[in-house]
Amino acid sequence: MAAINAAPVHQFEPALMRRRLSGTLFLGACMAAIGVLLIALVLVLYDVLVQGLPWLDGDFVTGVPSRKPENAGILPALVGSLQVSVIVGVVTFPIGVAAAIYLTEYAPEGRLNRVLRTNIANLAGVPSVIYGIFGLALFVRIAGLGFTAISGALTLSLLIMPVVIIASIEALKAVPMAQREGALALGATRWQMVRGSVLPAAAPGIMTGIILAMARAIGETAPLILVGAFTYVNFIPHPFQGGYTVLPIQVLDWATRPQKDFHGIAAAAIIVILALMFILNALALFVRARLARHIQW
Amino acid sequence: MRRAPQPLTRRHSPTERVIELGLMLAAVIGVLTTFGIVVVLVVQTVEFFRLVNPIDFLTGTVWSASIKPYRFGVLALVSGTLLVSAIAIVIAIPLGLLAAVYLAEYASPRVRTTIKPILETIAGIPTIVLGFFGLYFLTPNILKPLLGSDVIGTFSALAGGIVVGLLITPLIASISEDAMRAVPGGMREGAYAMGATRFEVVRKVVFPAAISGIMASIILAMSRAIGETMAVVLTVGTQPQLTLNPLESVQTMTAFIIQISLGDTPQESIQFKSLFAVAATLFVLTLALNLISNRIVSRFRTAY
Repeated sequence: MAAINAAPVHQFEPALMRRRLSGTLFLGACMAAIGVLLIALVLVLYDVLVQGLPWLDGDFVTGVPSRKPENAGILPALVGSLQVSVIVGVVTFPIGVAAAIYLTEYAPEGRLNRVLRTNIANLAGVPSVIYGIFGLALFVRIAGLGFTAISGALTLSLLIMPVVIIASIEALKAVPMAQREGALALGATRWQMVRGSVLPAAAPGIMTGIILAMARAIGETAPLILVGAFTYVNFIPHPFQGGYTVLPIQVLDWATRPQKDFHGIAAAAIIVILALMFILNALALFVRARLARHIQW
Repeated sequence: MRRAPQPLTRRHSPTERVIELGLMLAAVIGVLTTFGIVVVLVVQTVEFFRLVNPIDFLTGTVWSASIKPYRFGVLALVSGTLLVSAIAIVIAIPLGLLAAVYLAEYASPRVRTTIKPILETIAGIPTIVLGFFGLYFLTPNILKPLLGSDVIGTFSALAGGIVVGLLITPLIASISEDAMRAVPGGMREGAYAMGATRFEVVRKVVFPAAISGIMASIILAMSRAIGETMAVVLTVGTQPQLTLNPLESVQTMTAFIIQISLGDTPQESIQFKSLFAVAATLFVLTLALNLISNRIVSRFRTAY
């Protein structure tokens, strides 16, 4: 017995050192990974700011595109982006929320529900260019809307709908069951329960989801190229007729020209895109905090 | 989730019926979208296959849509797509998993609530911005000095792969972190009680327990990389070719679709029709990966 007990203590010490050392090395690797990601993010922002800031001024925001980079502006693209983003919000809000309500509050648990949910998950994974091709066929050709901002916005609405539905489902699920039982116990019908009791409680989450979806619409590029947003527009676009363009596509146009000055104004346009997205994200946080103030359970 | 209780009043008023029907219609739009996408792709692809033999399309290795003689061998585009995605995934797996382990197992709540939103910002950056970064910063300021400007050109699969890797890393990190955090504390405590170090707990307990979520995140990230468009359009060039060399310029399926729609290709031309066949190929590839990912999650989900 004594011999058996004596040996291990002696053997464990160097092993423990090695085990601890490998742990430290691993933690070092983890922190290095975080560091690489943070540095990459900083570099992206640094590059855009250094190239773009010298070009960014009032005339740039209120001007129209030009063959000379020093005269070029982004107003038509900015207006186009805002139109598209607002239409996306207006279209996805009612449909997305209604679909989420049906799936969480109405649909009987079973095959139909499962099929609908799986389908939404798969739609969220379809590459965005493919939505562009579908939009080209459905809105531009079959519906005859042509290459207009409304075609682009409807295409993006289809692309973003799954995100809105998933966010709204999460928000509805977070409402405690007692909230529903309380309403029903007072004699409410299902819709009265949803409208009076569940929706107000889920509103902060739903609104946040919609605003973030609108922010995403501002950055989307590929599907809009297919539905005709890549055109020269030097006027304020009308949402339902005539050509339109959006900020990321203006960036693409300028970034692919050989002259270096155009890369500078592309970077300046990127700063405007990032600023818009930042404002919408901040708005989402604000709305969430504001609406959630009255909710406690 | 527990099911919503039934209303006490069983008044099936017409209003209630209409509302329920309306909600159901909204929920069905998703199915109609899927159906519509499939129909558009199938109809147009069949049209293209009247002009080009489907076997030549699927097995050909030369893609020349704008220079005669026209050749439509999709493997040249598929290989470009897979090369870029492979580089991206090789970068994103270690970065994403190490970041996920750090956030789930090591970081204090305060550090986590600071770092997590910052990492999620990367996922929110429009991908054209990352493409711009790849073309005008990464290649000239990092890759060229590092590898030599005679070795790597303005456009390369490597630059595209790095940028796409950067943009799918947060996806891997976020889903894997959720999977690791879902591993119950009791399992970790059990291992600690046996004398395991923190690294051993991560490696032998948390990681194996979270493996289904981790695998699902990686497959989802691959699907995302294959479908990624704008970051690739600006960085990899327009040279469809069957190559494994990351320093070469290639063309991906998504970049080809964009190239055709940017030009003034007539919509009746064979080039424009080939776009739909390429899109159908892309759709099938990403759908397959998404289905595999869903299957892994539902089959291997362990309830603790």
